[in-house]
Amino acid sequence: MRIDFIMVNRTLVVILEGELDHHTCVEIRQTVDREYQKKRAKNLLFDFASINFMDSSGIGMLMGRYRSVAICGGEVGLFNVSPEAERILAMSGIHKLMRTYTSKEEAIQALA
Amino acid sequence: MPKKNSMQIQFSSNSSNESFARVAVAAFVSQLDPTMEDLYDIKMAVSEAVTNSIIHGYENREDGQICIKCAYEDELVSIEVIDKGKGISDIEEAMTALYTTSIDEERAGLGFTVMQSMMDEVQVFSEVENGTTVKMKKSLGVE
Repeated sequence: MRIDFIMVNRTLVVILEGELDHHTCVEIRQTVDREYQKKRAKNLLFDFASINFMDSSGIGMLMGRYRSVAICGGEVGLFNVSPEAERILAMSGIHKLMRTYTSKEEAIQALA
Repeated sequence: MPKKNSMQIQFSSNSSNESFARVAVAAFVSQLDPTMEDLYDIKMAVSEAVTNSIIHGYENREDGQICIKCAYEDELVSIEVIDKGKGISDIEEAMTALYTTSIDEERAGLGFTVMQSMMDEVQVFSEVENGTTVKMKKSLGVE
């Protein structure tokens, strides 16, 4: 699992590369939370372009980030989501809590 | 000639084996030349079942063993995920969407729901203190 970050205004963009399962989500959760606090970010934006597998552990990880970001008055967003990942996102009903954007630019603008 | 084959793997209840398990099953099922979508469905279902065994069956201990038996006959794939962990006392409750016993672990409570929607048939057999077996079936190429 590779995790990279870019800070745009007050939005922390998280670029994930690899597979989202129970094993990798533990690491993602710790790394993202640490960076979010360090950067004093408001919003979290996940780039899913290089996610080639995701199961329900990914949903749990996103729900957890939603809870901590909401406390700080921020929002969580996603972009570059594959049709396969979109299927489980839709199944979970998580879109009531966070939106999937078509591009990074659209997401940054909406979250600002 | 009917296509018929079977395999069995056993591994430690270490979370790094979640990806090993789904990739191993996918490699075996690939002999049937499935669609990418069917293969992804099977990987998801296996991943959920193995994750359940690790988190719930063995409560994140790494000294447990998980066994996967996989077989196919023509286009029908059967997968069994077997652990010898603590078992489930109320299977119906455990299979309810959004139900989870892991509060601090950020679980969505969707494991069985995902298995049921990815596979044609999901059966759960469990005995408290004796382990859990999840049996799943899927016919390839059927919507």
